[in-house]
Amino acid sequence: MSQNTETLLSVRNLVVNFRQEDGERFNAIKGVSFDIPKHRTVALVGESGSGKSVTSMAIMQLLPPNNTEVGKDSQILFEGRNLLGLSGSELRKMRGKDIAMIFQEPMSSLNPVFTVGDQVAETLMLHAGLGRRDAARRAVELLTEVGLPDPEKKANNYPHELSGGQQQRVMIAMAIACEPKLLIADEPTTALDVTIQKQILQLIADLQKKHGMSVLFITHDLGLVGEFAHDVVVMRNGEIRETGTVEQIFDSPKDSYTKALLACRPHLDRRPERLAVIDDFLQPIPYAEPANRERGYKADDEIVLEVKGLGKSFESREGLFGKRVFHAAKDVSFKLARGKTLGIVGESGSGKTTVGLTLVRLHQATSGQAFFNGKDLFAMSPREFSEYKRRIQIIFQNPYASLNPRFTVEQILTEPMKLHGIGANDSERIKLARDLLNKVCLPWNSLAKYPHEFSGGQRQRIAIARCLTMKPEILICDESVSALDVSVQAQVLNLLQDLQDEFKLSYLFISHDLAVVKHISDQVMVMNKGEVVEQADADAIYLNPQADYTRKLLSSIPQGRGRVQNQQYLKSDLVTL
Amino acid sequence: MNAIVEAMPGLQIETASKSLWALGWQRLKRNKVGFIALWVVVAYLLIAVGGWVNVVASHWADEVAVPYAPPSWITKGKDEQLPPSKHVAVEAGKDIQTMLASEDPIGKELAAAQKNTAKYADNSPAKRETMPFGADLRGRDVIEKTIKGTSTSIFVGIFGAILALTIGTVLGAVSGYFGGKVDDFLTWFYSIFTSVPDMLLLLSFAAVSGRGISTIIMVMAFTSWTGTYRLVRAEYMKLKNREYVQAADAIGASHARRMFVHILPNISHLLLVQFSLMTVALIKYEAILSFLGFGVGVRQVSLGSMLAESPAELVQGFWWQMVAVTIAMSVLVTAFSLLVDALRDALDPKVK
Repeated sequence: MSQNTETLLSVRNLVVNFRQEDGERFNAIKGVSFDIPKHRTVALVGESGSGKSVTSMAIMQLLPPNNTEVGKDSQILFEGRNLLGLSGSELRKMRGKDIAMIFQEPMSSLNPVFTVGDQVAETLMLHAGLGRRDAARRAVELLTEVGLPDPEKKANNYPHELSGGQQQRVMIAMAIACEPKLLIADEPTTALDVTIQKQILQLIADLQKKHGMSVLFITHDLGLVGEFAHDVVVMRNGEIRETGTVEQIFDSPKDSYTKALLACRPHLDRRPERLAVIDDFLQPIPYAEPANRERGYKADDEIVLEVKGLGKSFESREGLFGKRVFHAAKDVSFKLARGKTLGIVGESGSGKTTVGLTLVRLHQATSGQAFFNGKDLFAMSPREFSEYKRRIQIIFQNPYASLNPRFTVEQILTEPMKLHGIGANDSERIKLARDLLNKVCLPWNSLAKYPHEFSGGQRQRIAIARCLTMKPEILICDESVSALDVSVQAQVLNLLQDLQDEFKLSYLFISHDLAVVKHISDQVMVMNKGEVVEQADADAIYLNPQADYTRKLLSSIPQGRGRVQNQQYLKSDLVTL
Repeated sequence: MNAIVEAMPGLQIETASKSLWALGWQRLKRNKVGFIALWVVVAYLLIAVGGWVNVVASHWADEVAVPYAPPSWITKGKDEQLPPSKHVAVEAGKDIQTMLASEDPIGKELAAAQKNTAKYADNSPAKRETMPFGADLRGRDVIEKTIKGTSTSIFVGIFGAILALTIGTVLGAVSGYFGGKVDDFLTWFYSIFTSVPDMLLLLSFAAVSGRGISTIIMVMAFTSWTGTYRLVRAEYMKLKNREYVQAADAIGASHARRMFVHILPNISHLLLVQFSLMTVALIKYEAILSFLGFGVGVRQVSLGSMLAESPAELVQGFWWQMVAVTIAMSVLVTAFSLLVDALRDALDPKVK
């Protein structure tokens, strides 16, 4: 694209060390250099632990001063001035005015006790020196510009009265209030639903063009940046692996890690037997994608679970005697076949998780039946159900929260066996646990360790192993790979697939990520606001969606640079970038 | 390295992983003030245990000195301390001889009495005029008395805290875990307890149940479980919805198992801090109770009962008992409080 553009910010040989509490140094950034040209969007891509956020914090000088050491010959030049040498007051002037930032969690970045209008106006009063009335008027203009509906009225609302997407719009309004030259967006859409994510990305791209800003866009998802970034910087373990324009990165990546990142995301147009993982690209033999897997229910499939008219409502008190009923799930019916996967997709609040939790009776169903081998799970007494608990298991979303931090892996794995009388004695159970660890590809000596000693992906493997100890027939995966990095997600998806093939497990796979669901599911059920919108075989639903809502969801999937080849799915006019 | 490790599986398991407690201990060791406080507290605890099993200060009740013997490090010689009466008797007996023994009307009785003198002689060592740390009203060594008193006070504090903690934890766990009607009922019960001023409750319980160490422990436990109840209830309300507790439900763990095997270890660090805090508070409460005369029995000694004696002594200028108690108690309470602070920092669950 455009060459010889002027440089706005250049990072030169940035080294950041953290002093840990045990006195050792952790080298978070190992000599990073890159440029952000004027009027362009640079995407900084990396997985957790890559140092991408530390880099952005270093630019804003927001690193905690008491345990951070920045290398002596590191430089961060903003229009020729080294930010690292600036005093506190000079920095404060610069932040917000020249460089502004948007954070990941809009809810926790906004002050809950001030109206959003006041908060935008405050930025203007501080940096642009406007009076109270002018600032308030300008705030409304800004809120209009970022597309907040009914800005005059919404300016007087408190943050909790707005939705997540609207809050992020307010954050963006605050960031662009003083016409910054550089906007740093640190994972601005991670907390948002896929349809809202699309809108926010569009907004940032539009504002970038309109104001001629430079944008530093930080994300873990390479798929996102393809659509609107100009340049891409790929980071891993505190080092830059590859820098290039977006075309170079997507069409002819040079670094094996970049190639792996691009390949290990599930695709919408094909479904390899196994997803690529990073290791595949570090081998001397070039990676060749395995053949496609055929998916879909067949006529002779044995049905293990049949759910009819499942409903779950929550009651909340209102006033003295009033009650308000909230229907989290309404009249949900589906069939799950042995050895097959049913994917449930929907945005937050669609009731997909409620369905999963109700099936293992962590919520009590309000209505409906669930026949498991001919017996209604919901009609059983707790005593009767305890036998079935073993056979229908759940893997939760957050591997950091689903393992008891005070238990060793051995305790975690042997407890369910003890409770269900599996294995004759402790030593036999430990042997079984060891075999399972082997099965989920964890080292055998993990048994004596505690969950905090493992990474997110490893913890999710432990959670999977815990379920497997009971030899379940149905496994409910509630957003089980959503909290994981893309490369780790591919490994866990491969593992789940292997286990399904080996044990003939049936999966109920709940996710908001349509690409992941497409990859792993035989049948897909789309939910919205507690109701089933559409249900069909995976390939059919993606090729030929019937409901408008499904089409809208599909069009919001970040396409990377693969937009052209995926065009067949994107019939809707919503995709314009 | 890997080859060696794999050759010695036991070693790998022993050295590689650290529980959250072990990490907390590491952090505590790095906090110098907290670590010193820990050793001071440990020293106190050793003395206290020594006091309970009568290894230390077992003779605290002996009256070894004259009443209110002042503190002094110079011991006076024995000769000066001989009672004058004997000299007088010997001197007087030399010359005066007016009557034969047989003529003496009470001679027989005297002779008999003379024979028995040895039997009734005061063979106890002479009372000391001064003591290194002074003596109290009955001539007991202040230092031994302080050690014994500290031992009693710590005993009362620790066992009172354990009892209070148990009551608070069990009620709080049940209340927070089950919620609903159970929670309502227990919270009402709790509110009634907290609506009465603490000291009033303490005094009224103490007044009806008589004196003695076990009474004090019970009384203090019954009045001070409320803080723990509130804390534990809130923690259980928070933790019962955690995914690992839901996961325990999904694998078929019973209510009791979820409450005490899954959740309890996750608040154990809070309970430890709460325990230390309460021990300090109860040691002070005991002092107040004993000072007001509701404390330990008359044949027992505690820091509070010693303090209760000091106003009368101070008027007469005998300051040493009060100083000894004050030092013993303030060092203990300060060390305990610093330790609590350090524990709170060290055990703050930064689950990575």
